[in-house]
Amino acid sequence: MARDSQAALVALNRFGFGARGGASGDLINAASDPRGFVKAELGRRNGVLLEAPGLQSTPQLGQAVFAYQDQVKQAREAAKAATSAEALPAQAPADPKSDTKLRRNLSLNAVMSEIAGQTAEPKPADIAAKPDTMQPNAAAPPPAKPAPQPLNVIQKTFRAEALARLQRATLVECGFTERLVVFWSNHFCISAGKGELARIWAGAFEREAIRPHVLGRFADMLKTVEQHPAMLFFLDNQQSLGPDSRAGQNRKRGLNENLAREIMELHTLGVGGGYTQEDVTSLARIITGWTFAGRQGQLGTPGSFVFNANAHQPGPQVLLGKTYAPTGLAQGEAALADIARHPSTANFIATKLVRHFVADDPPPTLVARLRDVFVRTDGDLKALATALVDSDEAWKAPLTKMRSPYDFLVASGRLLARVPQDPGPYLNSLNLLGQPLWSPAGPNGFPDTSAAWAAPEGIKLRLDIASQMGARLGNNIDPLNLLEFAAADAASVETRRTIERAESRQQALALLLMSPEMQRR
Amino acid sequence: MDCSENRLLTSRRGLLLGGASFAAWAYLPKFARAADGRDPRLIVVILRGALDGLSTVAPVGDPDYAGLHGSIALAADGAHPAIMLDTFFALHPAMPEFARMYRDKHAAVIHAVATPYRDRSHFDGQDVLESGYAGPGRVQSGWLNRALEALPRGERVSSGLAVGPTTPLVLRGNAPTVGWAPVALPQADDDTAMRLVDLYRHRDPALASALSQGLQLEKAASGDDMKRKPGNAVMQMRQVARGAAKLMAADDGPRIAALAFDGWDTHANEGGPVGRLAFLLGGLDGALAEFESGLGERWRDTVVVVATEFGRTARINGTDGTDHGTATIALLAGGAVKGGRVISDWPSLKLANLHEGRDLKPTTDLRSVIKGVLQGQFGLSDRVLAETVFPDSAAARPMKGLVV
Repeated sequence: MARDSQAALVALNRFGFGARGGASGDLINAASDPRGFVKAELGRRNGVLLEAPGLQSTPQLGQAVFAYQDQVKQAREAAKAATSAEALPAQAPADPKSDTKLRRNLSLNAVMSEIAGQTAEPKPADIAAKPDTMQPNAAAPPPAKPAPQPLNVIQKTFRAEALARLQRATLVECGFTERLVVFWSNHFCISAGKGELARIWAGAFEREAIRPHVLGRFADMLKTVEQHPAMLFFLDNQQSLGPDSRAGQNRKRGLNENLAREIMELHTLGVGGGYTQEDVTSLARIITGWTFAGRQGQLGTPGSFVFNANAHQPGPQVLLGKTYAPTGLAQGEAALADIARHPSTANFIATKLVRHFVADDPPPTLVARLRDVFVRTDGDLKALATALVDSDEAWKAPLTKMRSPYDFLVASGRLLARVPQDPGPYLNSLNLLGQPLWSPAGPNGFPDTSAAWAAPEGIKLRLDIASQMGARLGNNIDPLNLLEFAAADAASVETRRTIERAESRQQALALLLMSPEMQRR
Repeated sequence: MDCSENRLLTSRRGLLLGGASFAAWAYLPKFARAADGRDPRLIVVILRGALDGLSTVAPVGDPDYAGLHGSIALAADGAHPAIMLDTFFALHPAMPEFARMYRDKHAAVIHAVATPYRDRSHFDGQDVLESGYAGPGRVQSGWLNRALEALPRGERVSSGLAVGPTTPLVLRGNAPTVGWAPVALPQADDDTAMRLVDLYRHRDPALASALSQGLQLEKAASGDDMKRKPGNAVMQMRQVARGAAKLMAADDGPRIAALAFDGWDTHANEGGPVGRLAFLLGGLDGALAEFESGLGERWRDTVVVVATEFGRTARINGTDGTDHGTATIALLAGGAVKGGRVISDWPSLKLANLHEGRDLKPTTDLRSVIKGVLQGQFGLSDRVLAETVFPDSAAARPMKGLVV
């Protein structure tokens, strides 16, 4: 088959995470069979799963947070006790040994470092303190920073989850399924900023609720997502009580509509998808009792999903014109199953998917085709992805979408053939570029249009980051070789010339990473 | 990837290059010269982008110079007169410190000098300049590192110092190096930004306008106007030099350092006695002064070598700049330099004498100059210099008498 570098660019950049550098041959492989190259990953459903040593399940992680919080609390109380003991010398313990023991607990830092263990990874900022760099006393040394704290279990987990995801994205051949993971993870987003549980669960949520269903059925993903403790915590459903439930009557608290509203507005039907405020309230009642077991474990294993019948609103509910019998947990599951196959859902998902992969203004014919596939296959997401790759529109539309900061950083790492060993630089850069990992500002996730990512400040910051990469890594690269890996003869004459004419390899690398070929997809 | 090993990248304004870390902290022999008790130091400054030697040390006595260099030619008279170094060569007026050192015989110029590289790619040219090999070959060690390896053993002092976010090729290799980068170096420089704006203008107008606005915001935030301001680069050069000098001034500090200054690729609006090149030369001049003051007593034993990958065309181009050429200058500064001289076998700028009809013809091998410095400072033998430091370079004999 003839080699088509332009199609290879579509295959790698529009559908994947960009070509890997080194000896990968990605661009050549993609050029000889662009569609096949993209679709190859769809045949390996298990390949979407992410397992890495040390990554734990949601209940395990929940328990780790509970234990951590207990220890912090104990340490604080011990500190308080010690302070009051010192304030009253008459009551000071006579036994010096017990005094020492008490004092050892005085410092919260000491406790935290015990929890985190001895093998805490250095924070990114620690690198500056490594002994193999020098500081001239003249050049105004930075103000002394407080000694770095060892990472606590939440931070360590977050970094480990991030690293596993980044490594997968960097190493995977095309990256289409990983891009789908990112898409669905953003569609069903939670925010790590919600609190300690959300932060420790962010990675596990994606591994457990998104990945297993990315090439499966939408209804299954929906159910898993809405029953995941991370989502229940993020959208406050663990606090929602049926007004007429036993718990509701006892505690004078009631319904929280947050999750129910976002299910219909953001996860399925979409705004204007044909639901009313009554439907929102009804769905909220239907999913009361969907919660997770707390630290006491009264309802089940701490940190696991449980249905709390005591909190569930009794009685039948009418949703979108259909009556759901009071079947407890099954009532909500039946409702979700129906919403999942609603025509509005098919339309909403098809539109979003095409906007993400093809164009900010999605071609209506392609949206219609994907909507039909969704309806015909009852939400088979693999069929949907396949239809997208099979469409001509996806290959003909000009590459005008702006890579998100995450895509840009991953694509750069792939091109430079650098497998991340430390998530720190990525996480810092993502924060800086306005896409903090697993932490969108709202439940609607990060924006998905070029305008959002092509903002002046963002581009300038990207250039700064590209410049840093150039300065750090440009030494060892041949920029023209790298351009061959990235785009070959699909690179524009202007880009090639700009790179050729750069005054140093460092500058050439920065310019390559910032070139339209690397920024647009 | 260490995507952006920008590890300190934590805040909007805090984009830093700081905290560069390279080889492990290690020690190298101190090479104090027993004979006179000197404790020599060597600083290599690479100017990336190919410095216009004809605009830095102008052959104002050459009858063809003014015509070829046109609007950007320096002259010994006028509003910004060049500083006459002798009856033939004049120094750019942006370099008064170097002029002072020259008068004090602590600075010298070598003109019409080039590495063995005869093509015009920055990347390959820098490879040859820094690797010390006769041609570009992606070698992973530099001549300065191999010179370190060849030094006699002695009292332990810290090893070669790489200044900047990465070790320049010239200092890479088996001998251990330490790294240092000033903590507040600004991020993407103006030149890179302008090149990108230019690319976007041709290929991606939306990104062009976004980036331009972003740069404007940045300038506004830092109190600058939108005009290109190499002022930052000037400050940076001084800051880098000041820090490196402090480190090297210490008794157990590194004796050898390498650093690179970017931005010398002057294709357009190069400027004459004032303008873009003038700003950069002012920065270089300031850096040399910082080395001098920062090294204090040690300046007496110091040689700074300033070199670039190649020169620029003798004739200016259509955009008041110069294109990639061949021969250029090398500068030496420091108390250990036997200075006050422009050393040159001047080829003349007659059309027939230009290299390929466009560039200043090289008459001196840069390797001879560097070898001369290495031999004068550290006593390295002809053989080591010809075989190890600059492989297959026996024909380029070390230049004698460069060091006091």
